[in-house]
Order: sequence, then C-alpha cells, then structure tokens
Amino acid sequence: MYKLIPLPVILPLVAAFLIAIVGKRFKRLAKILSVLVFLSTAVLSYWYMVAGNQETMLYKIGGWEPINDIPIGVYMLLDPFSGFMLCIINTIALLSTVYSVNYITKFTGVNYFYTLLSIMVAGLNGVVLAGDLFNLYVFLEITVISSYALVAFGTDKEELEASLKYQVLGGIATSLILFSIGMIYWYTKTLNMMDITRVLHASGDVKLIQFCQLMLIAGFGLKAAIMPFHGWLPDAHSSAPSPISAMLSGVVIKAAGLYVIFRLFFNMFELNFEISVLITAIGTLSMVVGVFLAIGQWDLKRLLAYHSISQMGYVIIGVGMGMIILSRQGSLAAASLAITGGLFHLVNHAVFKGLLFLNAGAIEYRLGTRDLKKMGGLAEKMPLTAATSLGASMAISGIPPFNGFFSKLIIIIAAIQARFYILAALAVLVSIITLASFMKFQRYAFFNGKISASRVNISEVPPFMAFSMTIMALLCLALSLLLIPDLREHVLQPAVDILTGRNAYFINLLNK
Amino acid sequence: MIVYILCFILFLVGLFGVLTSRNIIKIIIGLTFLEISINLFLVLIGYVEGGQIPILVKGSENLHFVDPLPQALVLTSIVIGLSTNAMLLAVAIRIYKKFKTFDIRKIRSLKG
Amino acid sequence: MKGMSIIVKKVSQLIAGIIFLYGIYIVLHGHLTPGGGFAGGAILAGAFILIVLAFGTDIIHLKHDEERASLFEGLGLLAFILLAILGFIIGIKVFFNNYLPKGQLGELVSAGLIPLYNIAVGIEVCAALFTIFLALVIYKEEISK
Repeated sequence: MYKLIPLPVILPLVAAFLIAIVGKRFKRLAKILSVLVFLSTAVLSYWYMVAGNQETMLYKIGGWEPINDIPIGVYMLLDPFSGFMLCIINTIALLSTVYSVNYITKFTGVNYFYTLLSIMVAGLNGVVLAGDLFNLYVFLEITVISSYALVAFGTDKEELEASLKYQVLGGIATSLILFSIGMIYWYTKTLNMMDITRVLHASGDVKLIQFCQLMLIAGFGLKAAIMPFHGWLPDAHSSAPSPISAMLSGVVIKAAGLYVIFRLFFNMFELNFEISVLITAIGTLSMVVGVFLAIGQWDLKRLLAYHSISQMGYVIIGVGMGMIILSRQGSLAAASLAITGGLFHLVNHAVFKGLLFLNAGAIEYRLGTRDLKKMGGLAEKMPLTAATSLGASMAISGIPPFNGFFSKLIIIIAAIQARFYILAALAVLVSIITLASFMKFQRYAFFNGKISASRVNISEVPPFMAFSMTIMALLCLALSLLLIPDLREHVLQPAVDILTGRNAYFINLLNK
Repeated sequence: MIVYILCFILFLVGLFGVLTSRNIIKIIIGLTFLEISINLFLVLIGYVEGGQIPILVKGSENLHFVDPLPQALVLTSIVIGLSTNAMLLAVAIRIYKKFKTFDIRKIRSLKG
Repeated sequence: MKGMSIIVKKVSQLIAGIIFLYGIYIVLHGHLTPGGGFAGGAILAGAFILIVLAFGTDIIHLKHDEERASLFEGLGLLAFILLAILGFIIGIKVFFNNYLPKGQLGELVSAGLIPLYNIAVGIEVCAALFTIFLALVIYKEEISK
C-alpha cells in the first residue's frame, strides 16, 4: 500500500488530461475512463480499510528524507481518518459518475464535464491525503475551481449567478486561509503539519495562533457552508447538474471544509475550550436555522441544499461535543462516543443526501422542473425513484431501520451522557422538523393526486441512473450495520482514535 | 513593521472593494487586491535582514539567503489566482451576455 | 476581430520572435536563474497574444486556434504527469523521484529531471494562457455580433 498512496490523486488527473486530449476522437472514452478510474480509486481505498490493520503511513514525495529530524520534503499522510474520507469520496464519485452516463446527455460538452469532475475528485483526494498546509491549500483550490466551473455548467442565468456568488465568497475564504497559513509559517517556520504541531507544542499558548485559528474557522467554514457563512450553498448546490450536486453536498463540503477543520483543530493545534465551544455553537446554529430555512422551500433541490446545512450541523455538534469534553479533560469514552456519532453521521449524510440529489435529478430529467407544486402522482410512473427517495427521506429524518436514525441516536445519547441536555433536545426537535419537511416532499412529488394529462407517458429513468440510485438506497440500509461492534471497531473506531489522540498523535508520528 | 501595516491596509482595501461594490468587475478587482496583498505578505515574511537572492551560483561563498520557501509559495498562489481570475472573468462575460448588465442589484434570478 | 495599423503589425512582427526566444531562454534556464516554467510560459504566451492582437483574425480561426491550444495544454500536463510517474517506476520507486544524474552546478544540463519538468510546465502555461485569452476574445466576439 505504501507505494500506492499518491495514486488516488494521480489516476483522476491522468484521466482528466487524457479525456481533454483524445475525448473528441473517441466518443465513449470519457465515460468509460472516468468510471474505471473512480472504480479503481474506490477499490484502493476499500483495500486500505479492509486489508491489514490500517497503519499510519507518511509518504515522502520525491524521496526527500528528513534532515536532523526536520522534514524538508512534501509529505502525504494516509491514516485511518483519511482512509475513511477517501472511501466516502470515491464511492460517491463512482456512483455519481455512473449516474451521469445517462443524465449528462441533456448537456453539451460532455468531455468538459468528465474532465472537470475528474479534476475535482483528484483535488478532494489530495485534500484528505495532504500532510502539509500548503499542499492542502493547493488541492483545496483545485477542488473549488473545478466546482465553480461545474456549478456554472448549464450556463443559464441561475447557474451563472450561483457560480459568481460561490466564486466571490470562495475567493474571500481562500484569502483568509492563505493569510493564516502565512501567519502560521511566520511563527513556526515550517509548513509540515506534524512539525507545526511540534513547534506549537513547545511554545505553548500564543495569541497569534488563536487569531489564525479564528481565520481558519472563517475560511474553512465558508467552504463548508456552516451557518454564518452559508449564503452561497443553496444557490450553488441547487443550480449545479444533479450528479455534481450530489458530489458537492455529499462530499465537497465535508472533505474540503469539515475534514480540514477537524484535522487541524484536533491534531495540529492544542485543543482549546473556547474554540471548541465556538465550533459547537456554530454547529448548533446551522443545525437549527438550516432546517427552518428549508421547510418553506418549494424548489426541490433548494430544499435539499438547506437540509445539507442542517445535517452538517449534526456532524459538527457530534464532533464538537467530543472536542469540548476532551478540552475539559473529561472522560475519553464520552468524547469518543460523541465523535463516533459525528463521523457516523458524516458518512450517512454523504450517502442519503447524495441519493436525494440523484432522485431530484431523476425527477428533473423526466419532468424538466424542480418546483414541488408542479409535480405529483409520480409514484405510479417512476416507482424506483419513489421507493429510493422514500428510503432516503426516512434515513435523513431518522426513521429506525435506516442509517440516519442510528447516527442521530448516538449523537443524542452522547449529548445526554455529557449533560448537554439543550443540544440533545434541539437535535430531536430538528429531526422532527426534518421529518415534516420530507413528508412534504414525498406528498407533493409522489402521491399528491393524479398526473396531469401532459405527463401521462412519463417512464422510469434510464438504467445507469436507476443502478446508482438503487446502490445508494441499499447503502442507506447497509450502513446501519456499522453500529455492530465488530464493524464499528474496524471502520469508525480507528478514525475516532486519531481525533481523540489529539496533538500527541502528530508529535509521535514524526518521531517514529 | 510599517510594510506589514501597509500590506494589511491593502488587504482591507480589497475586502472593502469586494463587500461594497455593486459592479462585478469592481468585485473582481477587489478579489485581485486581496490576492496581491497576501502574496506580498508571504514574500515579506521570508525576508531576512541583509539576505540575498536564494540562488546558488558557481563559486559563491555567501550563503546568507532570504527564505526561498515563501517565494515558491507565492509562485503557486499567483498561478491559483490567475486561474480564479480567468474563471471569474469568463463567468462575468457570460453574465453580461444574459443580463446585459454588470450591476449585481439587477442580477437577481435566485432568491429564498 | 480587426487588426491594427501597419506600424503596429510591423513592429509586433519584429518583436514577437525576440519575445519568443526570450521565453524559451527563461524556460530552459529555469534551474539556474530566476524564472522557470511558469514565467517563461507566460512570456511565450505573450508572443502569441501580441500577434493575435496586432493582426486580428475572424472567429473561425480563433476557435480553431483555441482547439489546438487546449490540445497542447493537455499534452503539456500529461507530459508533466508522465515524468512524475517515471520516477514511480525507475530508481527508488517514489513519485516525483529525480533519478537522473544531477551534474555540475551551473551547467545547462544539470539538476536531473528539473529542466524537463520546466519544459513541460512552459508548454502547459503558454497554451493555457493563450487558451484563456482566446476564450475571452471569442466570448466578446459572440456578444458583439
């Protein structure tokens, strides 16, 4: 495995450039190549999760060994937490790509779509594998620039406006992130995350670093669209082509936003009580406000996009509570439980929100509208879409056999154990409102009365779209199995252990 | 110290431009200001008193260089800034084609 | 797009070649002096842009040029990645491994693979900047029609 660490970045890049060069000659190349590449990266990441004991590996690019224990080269870091994220990214990317084989036929410029999608996945894989701050920044930019282009892919009024909004806010976020990376470099004279941790650990508490932490929360919060910074998300996620919405909502805001926040604040910086309260507070805010904004929406994809903000709030409060408990020197078991809930909800949200966006795309593909008021009675005509979206709706609103229920349950149990009673109550309340808003979706889209005469000959979606929706719906059920202790020990627990290992984990990594 | 303050003022000018202008092109100029100020900051933090350009020349004895790493970072961030700008301008031209205006108050097809 | 006056045309004809040569110089000496792939590529693209601006062409030629430029962009990137992957196959089998002999400090042929990387980056940047320029010009032409 060690030698193969860079492959999740290289393979999609090679695919992207090959498609750009010879895509015009061979019409089918773009689709086949990108599916194959994402399949192989997905298999690689599963292999890492399954084979061996998920050891932590540092990959030194160019073979630059450290001198006097000071790392000088560019490092890539593969540990269970990044492996966990790699699995999510590549699975959702693979299923979205399979889905888009049929879906993309209504657009022109198919090759550009696959090129940009491959570059985006390469960037995401790079973000979770990066071992130093600047490479993280570069891969982040690769991801977001290609997603700017993908949001504007329809080149209609709405898409362009959404993309512009996304780009301006993304540009501000980029500047904040780069500014704080510069400050951190100024103070520590290194960019390697492990080395930064060592320097910061030796120097103790510094005001400059706290300033950097706030800037990083603002910057990555903008990329993750948590509440005060959420302005671009509903526009961008609802205007993009549906497979891209699934990628953006399912993966990009997690890998490019939350993953980095968790990684930096748990492992790189010293855990700090005020910062963890701040993170939990914005998590709570986005959980509550997001769902209230969502319930009044009539545009289907916009409704789903607001729910993304709200569900991200669950992930943040789960992990944030763990952060608070750890920074107060509380019990490790309680913190571990809260973080498990957060990460479990992260993977669940990737699957069911991806599925919901694919369903929205399927409805849009057949009906040409996203307005809930103009739908109705689709359950007879599109049974597969109806069934899968019923499953996903039940998962997102926390109905028992589906995965969303279990992760929310763990978060709520952890909140009660740690005596955050208000958070637990809010989590239950938000879950109920989510259920209400998805009942609205189900009723207006699939059951409400008869189909209008103009839509009598609507049929089920083409096979590839149906295939990835089915797989995702099965995943919605299968992921509840992660609750079984044996599986949890193997999949979630190593990632949680890395976060609860705090900065001692990074310091030990370099001394090895 | 004064250079850092000037650099920070440049940053604030850019932020002010992005947040208050109504014209898309002016917003893009503001973003460019942000990028430039940060690039300037990165170059400044690598400065060493009396340091020389960090290039090894045959027979040179002086090894008192300025820090070369921030300069490499700036090169990369210039490239990223270039691609962001190109993307923004392309979208701006397309928007002009659709809406016949650059005023963001009149570009409002999305709401809610 | 219309061309400019005869003076501009003649002067840019004279200058473009020199700019092009200077760009090649910057690319090739990237490992010895300041500059390298990106700076040199930008200068190379400047030569092309100067010619297009001075002489002007119709939109069909512009589109044709854009296609070719983006082809070269892809080729440059692919060459870069292939060079990096070669390090993965040869020597100590690490991505981006510089397995060629490093040579003497200050010689043109030295520093192993770095000049080759510079050339790939130079082609890429030149083609990319020219593509961006052409794309913007094509948009503008389409609007003004």
